[in-house]
Amino acid sequence: MAEPLVFLNAAGACVRDLPDFARDGQTLKALYAAMVRTRRFDAKAVALQRTGRLGTYASSIGQEAISVGVASAMRAEDVFLPSFREHGGQLWRGVTLEELFLYWGGDERGNDFGGPRQDFPVCIPVASQYPHAAGVALAMQQKGSGGVAVAIGGDGSTSKGDFYEALNIVGIWQLPAVFVINNNAWAISVPRSQQSQAQKLSDKAIGTGLPGEQIDGNDVIAVRAATERALERARAGEGGTLIECLSYRLGDHTTADDASRYRDEEEVSPHWKEEPLIRLRAHLVEAHGWGKKDEEALLRACAEEVDAAAETYLATEPEPARAMFDHLYADLPPDIAAQAEEARDD
Amino acid sequence: MTDLNMIEAIRMALSRALEEDPDVVLFGEDIGIDGGVFRATDGLIQRYGSARVRDTPLSETVIAGMAVGAATQGLKPVAEIQFMGFLYSAIDQLANHAARLRNRTRGRLSCPMVLRAPFGGGIGAPEHHSESMEAMLAHIPGLRVVVPSTPARAYGLLLAAIQDPDPVVFLEPKRLYRATSEPVVDDGAALPIGDAARLREGGDLTLVSWGAMLKETHAAAEALAGEGIEAEVIDLSSLKPIDRRTIRASVEKTGRCLIVHEAPLTAGLGAEIAADLAEHCLTSLLAPVRRVTGYDTVMPYLRLEDRYMPSVGRILRAAHDMMEFA
Ligand SMILES: Cc1ncc(C[n+]2csc(CCOP(=O)(O)OP(=O)(O)O)c2C)c(N)n1
Ligand SMILES: [Mg+2]
Repeated sequence: MAEPLVFLNAAGACVRDLPDFARDGQTLKALYAAMVRTRRFDAKAVALQRTGRLGTYASSIGQEAISVGVASAMRAEDVFLPSFREHGGQLWRGVTLEELFLYWGGDERGNDFGGPRQDFPVCIPVASQYPHAAGVALAMQQKGSGGVAVAIGGDGSTSKGDFYEALNIVGIWQLPAVFVINNNAWAISVPRSQQSQAQKLSDKAIGTGLPGEQIDGNDVIAVRAATERALERARAGEGGTLIECLSYRLGDHTTADDASRYRDEEEVSPHWKEEPLIRLRAHLVEAHGWGKKDEEALLRACAEEVDAAAETYLATEPEPARAMFDHLYADLPPDIAAQAEEARDD
Repeated sequence: MTDLNMIEAIRMALSRALEEDPDVVLFGEDIGIDGGVFRATDGLIQRYGSARVRDTPLSETVIAGMAVGAATQGLKPVAEIQFMGFLYSAIDQLANHAARLRNRTRGRLSCPMVLRAPFGGGIGAPEHHSESMEAMLAHIPGLRVVVPSTPARAYGLLLAAIQDPDPVVFLEPKRLYRATSEPVVDDGAALPIGDAARLREGGDLTLVSWGAMLKETHAAAEALAGEGIEAEVIDLSSLKPIDRRTIRASVEKTGRCLIVHEAPLTAGLGAEIAADLAEHCLTSLLAPVRRVTGYDTVMPYLRLEDRYMPSVGRILRAAHDMMEFA
């Protein structure tokens, strides 16, 4: 069985020739900075939730390379359809920190992205984003836009029919779509082994006639390289690809979860050595002169930016009750407009 | 006899059923070692083993569809859908199969299964975790839909659902899971499905509600009593079938009926009750039947959630209007 694609191993050593983009120090530093920024956002979001200032939150700690790597391979005109754990990709695509805080704070305005206007908001009903991606890809194919639809879901999402059904039609119609599995080894308390007997989740592509590839999802270079290849195929009219990114959920499922109920700390701790930041930092230090000062400056900049965004979010007044109605339809039917009046008075 | 909250009472009923009937099997997402995200099944896998308390892969279609298949062969599946918002893909199995297999086979095959799902808002959960779409389920011929309002009623009604020879959707008002405790006897006694419960007596006005909204309904009844208006409070309990007789009898006495539900107004169950009263109690009515419900909006995220939920104030305003009408 082929080993998962990897360029930087957990220790940060190059185990195969780097793709072109990864020879460029600036590019790697940008990827690193995006992952650090994401991690900082995660930490702040969890802290806000713990102090009652944010809703239930799904941390992506340890899985930043998947999201950032995938998004960094995409073009602006592509469309991103993330699950609820892909903050890094959303941020790379131009969703703002304030918007993410608003969303997770329970404010719909967080989905009204100023940046990537065609991207989907996060998808909570697991796996239901894959059929959307097929539809987005159909529109792209039909209109000849040259774009590609990129959906991400968890290992658990591959157990839903939606996943297979969507992948199947992507195969038949040769739609420009890339499905990425963020395999973090857990779906709340259900381990990967209880999700499927398939040796690799990427093997699920076989039944649809599409190529499936398993890669090391903690190596942002591997993620970006595999996604770039898949995007090229899609743009060339060669159809879809399934990419399974192996990672590990270092944190609880969400702030509402207590993972100690179902998994041992001994299982978790070795994975801290494999997480994506350590290895890229080691490589940057070795190959691109990344120093202590650079690291400190980056951490400080991320902290300041995230804190400032959190302050802006906290200072944002909730919408008036009437907002429930404002975007329900293009034209609010008079029948329902009467209810909006009642909501205002309540 | 101990004081239990609703989640504990549900767990006790599940345990009792597992204990008494070897054909009872539980399955769902995270119901094993995690004990369910709300802990309804906490400790049950340790007690009854992983053959009877099973974690499924992430698939609601499989959960509901397997329950159908297993039920036809003598098992008694009590399956969990983690949140009602994820039940939609199971509706195919419920509407097209569970609810009609008996009819299609003229009684040869049947579906004695229970599908449990937490529902309703008010706990600040993420999107898709707070809706109340019970009317969609109550619209399906062949199904029973049950909603408890207290720990003791949850215990008795869940046992009844499990013993029922036909499919039952058991909707759990999650806002009440830990809201109150009361003594619950583990006597294995089922409450009848299909009976509404009169929770408070009064002669001036009938308030009909179910699930978590009974909290606001009770509070409104209490406030009305302070003004000398005696409200009768009816917990519908069974959304299908509906205990029309109990509601009619109450309204024949009070002449006024106000229905309170969290679900959106249009085509909600309040409409069914109002229509029934228009058909059968016209001459008893002293005021138009009124509904205080959620709005016809998408359930808002948590910052506006409170503004969606029917408030005691709205219930009181409607009640006052009705009292002033006649
Ligand atoms: C259809 C559906 N069923 C159940 C849930 C509740 N739920 C939220 S996340 C989750 C597990 C998802 O696991 P996975 O797909 O591996 O993604 P991860 O959370 O690990 O990123 C479940 C069961 C849901 N959101 N959607
Ligand atoms: Mg997972």
